[in-house]
This record gives sequence, structure tokens and C-alpha cells, in this order.
Amino acid sequence: MLRIENLHAEIDGKPILKGLTLSVNAGEIHAIMGPNGAGKSTLGYVLGGRPGYEVTEGSITFDGQDLLELEPHERAAAGVFLGFQYPVEIPGVSNVQFLRESLNAQRAVRSEKPLSGGEFLKLAREEAKKLDMDAEMLKRPVNVGFSGGEKKRNEMVQMGIIDPKFAILDETDSGLDIDALRIVGDGINRIMRQPTKAVLLITHYQRLLDYVKPDFVHVLADGRITRSGGAELAHQLEREGYAEIAA
Amino acid sequence: MATKNAEALAAVSKKYEWGFATEVEQDFAPKGLNEDTVRYISAKKGEPEWMLDWRLKAFRKWLTMESPDWAKLNIPPIDYQDAYYYAEPKQKKTIASLDELDPEIRRTYEKLGIPIAEQEVLAGVEGARKIAVDAVFDSVSVATTFRAELKAAGVIFLSISEAIREYPELVKKWLGKVVPQHDNYFATLNSAVFSDGTFVYIPEGVRCPMELSTYFRINAENTGQFERTLIVADKGAYVSYLEGCTAPMRDENQLHAAVVELVALDDAEIKYSTVQNWYPGDENGVGGIYNFVTKRALCQGKNSKVAWTQVETGSAVTWKYPSCVLAGDGSVGEFYSVAVTNNRQQADTGTKMIHLGKNTRSTIVSKGISAGRSDNTYRGLVRVAPTAEGVRNFTQCDSLLLGDQCGAHTIPYIEVRNPSAQIEHEATTSKISEDQLFYAMSRGLDSEAAVALIVNGFAREVLQQLPMEFAVEAQKLLGISLEGSVG
Repeated sequence: MLRIENLHAEIDGKPILKGLTLSVNAGEIHAIMGPNGAGKSTLGYVLGGRPGYEVTEGSITFDGQDLLELEPHERAAAGVFLGFQYPVEIPGVSNVQFLRESLNAQRAVRSEKPLSGGEFLKLAREEAKKLDMDAEMLKRPVNVGFSGGEKKRNEMVQMGIIDPKFAILDETDSGLDIDALRIVGDGINRIMRQPTKAVLLITHYQRLLDYVKPDFVHVLADGRITRSGGAELAHQLEREGYAEIAA
Repeated sequence: MATKNAEALAAVSKKYEWGFATEVEQDFAPKGLNEDTVRYISAKKGEPEWMLDWRLKAFRKWLTMESPDWAKLNIPPIDYQDAYYYAEPKQKKTIASLDELDPEIRRTYEKLGIPIAEQEVLAGVEGARKIAVDAVFDSVSVATTFRAELKAAGVIFLSISEAIREYPELVKKWLGKVVPQHDNYFATLNSAVFSDGTFVYIPEGVRCPMELSTYFRINAENTGQFERTLIVADKGAYVSYLEGCTAPMRDENQLHAAVVELVALDDAEIKYSTVQNWYPGDENGVGGIYNFVTKRALCQGKNSKVAWTQVETGSAVTWKYPSCVLAGDGSVGEFYSVAVTNNRQQADTGTKMIHLGKNTRSTIVSKGISAGRSDNTYRGLVRVAPTAEGVRNFTQCDSLLLGDQCGAHTIPYIEVRNPSAQIEHEATTSKISEDQLFYAMSRGLDSEAAVALIVNGFAREVLQQLPMEFAVEAQKLLGISLEGSVG
């Protein structure tokens, strides 16, 4: 599904990713772990197409098409979802309006019929309920006044509504208490653990991986993947720290 | 990045869907401006002698005045002799029904989406209510709808030209009482050559049964439009009034100098909403309407209330300060404004809240959005007279910048002569954030839809003051006005 070859990327001329290679197939969940400053979030932003993150070398293909050729919104329509580490506030725009417009924009690109207000609201309420989010929060402005945990849960509600093919989840576990972590973990499994879908979980800690069991774990250090393994690698990292293993 | 944006911006010519011209035969006043022009207009409208005298007095005063230069606007001198002051479509003077309206003009309003047949409501809007329309085409009102139904409720709704003939006492009583003839250069010019506009009278205790509106269309080339509107809400009356404006795309600048006067007596309430979408000129600042407008409300009665809501997206130049004179004790003035400038547009707009009565309150919420190489200024005055005990004012001015070649300015004037007043002023200026744009785009919105969404969120407090049908239009308009503003 996703193939990253020898990816080099920089911000303001400073190299961050230095030859990263990774393949993700449908039906797989991959975890990317690594110390601060290794380039984990940069990888997420490069996949999402954030302006200012310049790819200087290498390629990314998604379902056979060159992902780097696509604008962020075209990537979204192609089925890529980026769950933000710090979800952004948009004052004055309700969650419902934001998501309905976003979803219908994606549907238009795919030549699908737009959802009506009623159809969308039904879908949004169902997703909010599954993630134990108060339906009232759908009416509130996007992420404004939300706690850190509420923002993360809201990201998952968005993912459930958009129903992407491939999700990059950047530190989705940070800011969540134990109960919320379980709910979010269940949500990721329910929405994304399917034979036609795949997930790239970017995380610092192993704790989310107790709920979402990865098929592969990769260690990202200094812009490259230095080690790959199965779920047990995450435990090993937790015990021994990055310093030993990443080197 | 900045230059790249500027190039992209220049490459995208702004879409102005309302820029077509209507082919219709018109009668013009002779070009230029002198006493004969004033007499011509007055005669065309079959006005009584007192009205002509009133106009001539204003014209003579105007000759002694100078164009104001205090606004933050850069305008080349206007040649007042090189324009027409009156243009009317050739058609039967009085039409018995809308079926007699010139089909070309009828089609114009259809294209603009203005419901001038009574069975129509704004298309595509769920739950749209009845809206009575006065359609002003260049210098004349060509249709006024729902008149009979309104009359049954006691409401007078007609063009000001007709009102001068049919209700001279009412017009005489209030015309020029809120905005005196000599108020300012443009108001004085308007008093001399005003052509058409709307007159509304809501009798005591009557709640107007539907929204009233006037739709101003400039069509003729090289012609100024001088709208004059007068709305009087008698004791305990209520009315909500809307005003919309568009014009064809032309390389020349055209003048729109309007005067709007509102009067609210005891316990009366007037909501006045404007969606101003005059042609703004092209991306290089060629053409567009010069919009010099004097709008003022007199809250004469106790506990009366006037709320101005304006969405200003059009015009090459906007000079406009809808104001409230809060004379009646306990009266309330509100001003909600969204002003968008793109390309080379210039707007200097705001309000004046003049507190004369005791316990008078005012609220000002201004949202300025600047893009391209435009300049957008909020200019507002809050004045509290020595006699005005217990005054409260809250002012909030927010500016949003798109790109780094536009300007946003906030110029508040606060004059308080009574120590019991409570005045609050908040102001912010921000740039549209890259984080917000990327977040919205990563959910599937293209850059223009993302900008439109964020800007609509920014302007929400103002947009929600508009009647629903107009709020939907205004939201779309904000997005369209900013097309091409992100590279």
C-alpha cells in the first residue's frame, strides 16, 4: 500500500530524514518508535504533505501513485489520514461543519454523492458515541477549549467519520488517561484493523501498543530506521531504552 | 514564499459572478452636474416644489464644500462633471403588474437570484421566509413586491420617489433629520441628486410581518447611483430590513454615494443588514465602485434599539460608518461588521456610537479581513455626552491578514465626558495560521475552501446576526471574495 524509498527531507535547509525506507502492506499495523528529535513527526508531516517539509531525495508511492505529487487535500481524498499530535483549533467553525465539508470535499473528488446534513449528523453521532464523546462536542468549534485528551479523541472521531484507507497517527496516545487510552485503542482497532487498511502508529511509549498490537515495530533514530522487528521489540525498547537499541 | 504568493495571486483573476451588464435602452440626464441636473432629476420624478427647493439648497451648499481627506484611502480626484447623475430604463412610467416589467430587467434580477415575483423566495434555502423587495435599477425603483399585504398590516413600503408624492408629510417630517443636508460632502451631494431608494414606515405597535429589502443594481456606464433610504419605526414597532448591491465589471470607477436614515421611536427596534458586493475592480485596481455612504440611526425614543449588520466584500473604495445617535434613555445601538478587502481594494469603515441618553448601551463587533495588496481600516467613535449617566459600551475589533502585503488598521476614538461610563475596547490582529490551513487541507479541503472555512469562522459572530437567508449568501461571498488569496 505504502512504499517509502530512501526518503530524505529537510526543514529550512536542515536535514531531518536521511534515507528512510519502509513498506506497509494492506492489513498491517506498523509502529514507529524513537527518541525525541529522531524525525518521527517529520515523517508524519511529509506523508501528509505539509508545506515547508521539503523532500530532497527518494520517493513515496501510495497504491502505486506518487504521493509527493499530490496536494494535502488530494492525499486525503486518496485515503490518507493524518492524526495530529497537536490538533489545531479553528474558532467559530463547528466540528460538524468542518467534518461535513471535509468529507464531502473528499467524496466529490471520488465522484461520490455528498452527504446531506441529516445523513452526516447521524454518522457523526454514531462515531462520537462509539468513542464515548459527548455528541454536544460535535457542535462546538473545532478543538476550541478541548482538553488534550478530548482533542485526541476528537481526532479519532474524525478518523471514524472519514474512514480512511491508511492512517498515520502521530502520538495519538499522549495526553490520554488510562480509560481514554483504552477507548482510543479500541477505536483504532475497530476502524482500521481491516484487511484493506493499514496504520502507521508514531509513538514514544509502548503503552498504546498494549491496546493496538502492531505487526511490525521500527526504531527511527537520526532520520533512518535503524531496527525493525515484531511487537516484542517495543517491550525491549521500553526495558532497555532507545540509547542501546537505536545505536 | 512571499513573492511566490504574490505571483500566484496576480495570476488568479478574481471571479465576480455579478459583473454582467444588461442591454436595455435608458434615458440619461445630460452629462455633468449643475443646477439643471438637479432640476432634471426632480422633474423626472414629478416632485413637488418643496423637494426641488430642498435639493437646490443642498446643491448650493455642496458647491462650497471640499471632499474629505481624513480617511486612510488613496483616491485620485473625482471629476464630478464627467459622469451621469440619472439613468432610467425606458419603460411605461407606472406598471400595473410585474408582468409589464421589461423582460431584460426581469432576467437581470433572475440572474442575480433576487425574488421580485411574489411567489418566489430565495432559491435553495431551506425554510426561507417571505421577503418583500424594492428593486432599484440605476436611478429608479423598477419593482416593489408584497405592497398590498404590507399595507394590510399598516406598513408603508415603497420607493422614496413615490413616498415623496404619496406621503409628503411623513417624508418632510423626517428627511434630513438624522443626516442633515450639510452633514458631509457626500451626504450633501446625495441630498442634491438622490435618485431612488426605499421608504419604510412601520406604525405604532406593528411588528412588520416579513423581511423588507432593497436590491441596488448599478447597470448604466459612467453613471453614479445616489440611493436615499428612510426608515421610520414608530412606537413599539419592529422591522428587519436588508440591502444588497452589485454592479457590472467596468474599467471605469463609478460613484455610489448613499444616505440612509433610520428613526426609532419609543421601544421600537430596527435591524438593518447590508451585504455590499459592488464590483471591486480587477486585481490591478482598475475599475470598481467608489462607495461613499452615510448611514445613521436616530434612537430618539426611550428603550429603542437599532442594530446595523454589514458584510462588505465589494467596492474599490469603501467609506462608510453606520452610526447610532442614542438620544432616548435606555436606547441600544449595535454594529456588527465584516469587511473583506482583496487585491487593491481599500476600505475605511466603522461606526459612531453617540451616547446622549441615560443608561444607553452600545456594542461594536468589527472583523476585518485583508488579502492581496489591500488596505482595511476600522475607524470608530464612542462618544459619551456629559448628560449620559450609566453608559456602557463594548467594542471588539479583530483583524485577520492573509499574506504579507496587505494592511489592517484599527483607529478607535473614545470621548467620554461622563465618569459613570463603562467603556471596553478589545482589539486583535492575527495572520491566518499555516497550522489551521494544513489541518483543514489534510482533512480534504482544498486551499480555497480551507481559507473560506477559517475566515467564516473568524467572522461568525457577525454572520450569525444576519437573517438566515442572507447568512448563507454572505458565507459563500466571503469565500469567493478571497479566491486566489493564498498561493
